[in-house]
Parts: sequence; C-alpha cells; structure tokens
Amino acid sequence: MVIIVKILVPIKRVIDYNVTVRVKADHSDVDLSNTKMAINPLCEVAVEEAVRLKEKGIASEVVVVSIGDNSCHEQLREMLALGADRAIHIDHDKLLDSLQIAKLLQKLVEQEQPGLVLLGRQSIDSDNSQTGQMLSALCDLPQAAYVSKIEVDSGKVLATQTIDGGTQQVLLDLPAVISVELTMNEPRFASLPNIMKARKTEIEIQQALDFGVDLNSNLEIIEVSPPEQRPQVAMVKDVAELLDKLNQAGVIE
Amino acid sequence: MTVLVYAEHDNHELKAASFKLISAALQVAKHNSDTVVVMVAGFECTMVAQQVTTIAGVDKVLLADKPQYKNQLPEIISKLVFEHAENYSHIMAAATSIGKNFMPRVAALLDVAQISEITAVESADTFIRPTYAGNAIVKLKSKDVIKIMTVRAASFESAEISADKQAVIEVIDSDVSYERTEFVAAELNKSKRPDLATADIIVSVGKGLPKDGMPLVEKIADRLGAAIGASRCAIDEGYVSSDFRVGLTGATVAPQLYIALGISGAINHVSGIKDSKIIAAINIDKEAAIFEVADYGIVADLNSVLPELEKALQN
Repeated sequence: MVIIVKILVPIKRVIDYNVTVRVKADHSDVDLSNTKMAINPLCEVAVEEAVRLKEKGIASEVVVVSIGDNSCHEQLREMLALGADRAIHIDHDKLLDSLQIAKLLQKLVEQEQPGLVLLGRQSIDSDNSQTGQMLSALCDLPQAAYVSKIEVDSGKVLATQTIDGGTQQVLLDLPAVISVELTMNEPRFASLPNIMKARKTEIEIQQALDFGVDLNSNLEIIEVSPPEQRPQVAMVKDVAELLDKLNQAGVIE
Repeated sequence: MTVLVYAEHDNHELKAASFKLISAALQVAKHNSDTVVVMVAGFECTMVAQQVTTIAGVDKVLLADKPQYKNQLPEIISKLVFEHAENYSHIMAAATSIGKNFMPRVAALLDVAQISEITAVESADTFIRPTYAGNAIVKLKSKDVIKIMTVRAASFESAEISADKQAVIEVIDSDVSYERTEFVAAELNKSKRPDLATADIIVSVGKGLPKDGMPLVEKIADRLGAAIGASRCAIDEGYVSSDFRVGLTGATVAPQLYIALGISGAINHVSGIKDSKIIAAINIDKEAAIFEVADYGIVADLNSVLPELEKALQN
C-alpha cells in the first residue's frame, strides 16, 4: 500500500571522495579546478533508500533536486539512472550556505508537498551537517538525523539514529525530514538501459532568484589553509622502546 | 552581551564534553569581557545545574526541568533555546549527537548561520573550523547578530572547578512541547570505557588484527583506561560493532594518544584521527600509509606484539 505519495531527495555535487584535497596557493579557497567531481556519497545513500521504498510499494514517486550551476545535471542524471522519477535543478551560480539552501528547499517543499524528505546527513566538502535540521525547523516537520534504518507504517516512520555511544529510535509523524548515515544501505550500480533512459529525461529548471529568498550570507571566509603537517614518523624497534617514548611524551604514565 | 552555553548531561551529571565546551565559551567571552550563562535542560537534573555552578567563569545557570526535556528531542530543545536566544550574542553547544541535532534548528529559527565544529576561537566573531574532512582549515568571520556555533570538544581544554565563587541558578519555566515526534528507546553500549569523543587514549584496531586478538586489545585498553576504536575494515571483519568506527564516516577523534593496531591508514580513517596529539602505529607492512601520519611506528607482527604490550602494561 502506498503510504508516501512523493519522496523529495536533495542532492549535492561535491569533490570525488577519492581525490586528495588541495588548498590554493593564495589561501583563498580549496582548489577545485580540473578536479573530479561526484555525487556526495551520503546523498546517493538517501536516493537509494527512496528508490527502495518505491520498489516496496511504500512510495510512488522519487524526486531529486540539486541547487547550483548547470554542472549538477550530471549528478541529477546519475540519480535518475539509479531510479529517481523526476529531477529538479534550482539554478544559482554562487555558493550558498546551509541556511540559504534550507530556505530554498522549504519553498520547494511547499511547492511539491512531499510525504517525506530524505537527504544525506552532511556533505563531504563543507562538513556542516545542518541542512536537514534547518529544513525541518523551517517547515516545522518532525526530524530524525543520522539515521541508519527506517520503517514506514501507516502515516508514521520509525527511525533508528546513531547517537554518541549507541543508537536510539524515534517515531515521527509523516511528513518528516530524515537525514541518513552512510551505513543505511549500499547504493546499486545503475543499469545501462536506465542510464540511457535518464539521458532523455528532461530536468526541470527553476531559478533560485525567483524563489523570493534572501540568498546573502553573513559568513565571510577570511582564509583557507592546509592542515598542519604531522612530524616525520620515528620508527622504534619494540614495545619497550615505544612505551618509553610515549612515557617521555607524557601521554602515558 | 552574554554567551549562552547549552550543557550536555545524562540528567545526573555533566558530560566531559561540556567542560570543554564551557572553556571554549570562556575564550569567546574574554574577547568582549562578556559573561557566560549555561543552560541545563532535562528532567530531575538539579544536580547537574549544581555541578555547573562550581565551574570557574560561569556566571549563571538556567535550569529547565520538565519531563519533556529528558530525552533531548531536537524539536523541543531548539524551541526552548530559541525562546531565550534574544538576550545573547553567542549560543554554543558541543558538536555531539545532541548539539548537532538541535543547534542548526536554533540557527534556522533565528534566521542566522551556524558555524559547525569550531576548533579554535580567534576573536568574538572569527573562528576556525576544519572542512573537507580536515584537509582544509577555514578561518571565517560571522556578521550575524547572534552567533550560533557547535564546538569540537576535543580541541579545547576542560574548564576548571572554582574554589570560591559559585554561579546562581535561575529556574526557567518555559513549557515547550512537540507532539509529532516520539522518543521510543535508546540503546547504549554497556562498556565502562570512556567515550571515543572525549577519551584521552584510544586503542584502535584494523584489518591486520589477528582473528582472536580482541580479548587482548580489550585488556590493553583497560590497562590504559582507553576507549576502543576501529577502522571500517575491522568492523566489516566483525571485530567490533559500527558504533566504534573512527574516521570520516564515524567518529572524529583527537585524543592525547591514538594507538593504531593493524590499521592500514586509508584516507577515510586518517582524516578522523589526525588531530590526535600522538599517534603510535603498529603494522606488519612497513609501507602502510598509517606510518605517514604516525609519530612512532613499529613494523611487527601483532600476533607477538599484542601479548608483549599487554604484559608490559601489567607493570
């Protein structure tokens, strides 16, 4: 029985997680020129979960959305190939903070009226882990973040969350906003026919500036620097010498 | 203006992260000769509030004691903090599960940005935080009227207990509730070992651990008073549950000492440990990437090293 008519999954294009991050020489930002980009791994897990809910007959439509410039079409099409039904691109060429993203998504939630919003718990570039929580607060919808498992049943969803030192379960009324952990599932590989089909699907484009949202940020990046290099390793011959060194360093008694 | 700190506790005592959070708040306050106020919200948690009054530098404790605050549901806690937010220049929480769940909501309700997981305070409006899993360190300045931040506890020293002056407790009567989210149950590891997030020493295992190695590792950890951690490979091997995962996709840690046993040093793992003060690595493969970040290394077989280490620590 279909419980959720529509699942909305916001996704983000980020640096590929296998690529080594380099900081620009002038310390103004991270250098992303000629860098391989990919879907944020946690976003892909959210899409996979949405597609599985659809395959189980619990949900009937999966809509993916990405905010950014045209380059995000590549990731939107990948997610269509994974099983999403529609893709929305909210076009904007400047980087936005989580709050501005959440405000745009709030407007989209009003427009699309999803029964569930599923998204990654954080992106591996900014590492903020804010968008889901902010969206939930702005829409006044129940929230579960850092979720590794969901069970949907008659208008409610039971979410298992990772917390410090264990897990906890919360029961949310639908619609709700749920942000997912990497451990939730293993995303599938898209099949060739689905990839071909995704190429032909039209991406629905909207302009961020038409949303009536203040897109200015009050955060200013002063400097981006590489992390401090750790000193060269000192190889020791055995346990006794190691414990001696650790003792001298004052980290064990 | 005043800095508001949201304290974390289990309704009986303050968590270690809160002491570190309060010292970060004192650093922020010092730049403007501001004061620090700490909010304790929970159920039957007066003891926690009393504990906070003894921390040096804390001016006042706000105590919100109601059944609905017991489980720290983010929908409820964010509204509670939001109701009191207008009197403060900064609101700070630890970047723990609780803080990360509720704090972005406070920021959204106030229509301001959140600065996540700061690791250093430059001034009252400029802060340092890692991005790209610690591969880029950002210094940023906030122009928001109320600055919302979470704090990476491991990057700060613990606040000290004061011998003389005690803060006052003010009971706040806010009665916030939320009907559409229900707390069901929590399942916590029963281990008596310290939390990964705040442990001074972590003994961590990887794929290279011998199949029957865990009992020895547990003994070693207990002799050191250490927490146990693991790489993704060790979890896949079934040595420990995924609650123990250290790295980009698990816990980011910064202990005084990180002992990596049979850990190869994949980027995901290394990203989560490189703020450790000392990293000691033992691996049979001398080319293992873990030696690139380690301070001390032994190239050796864990089958023989683990018993030696356990024995050496007995004395």
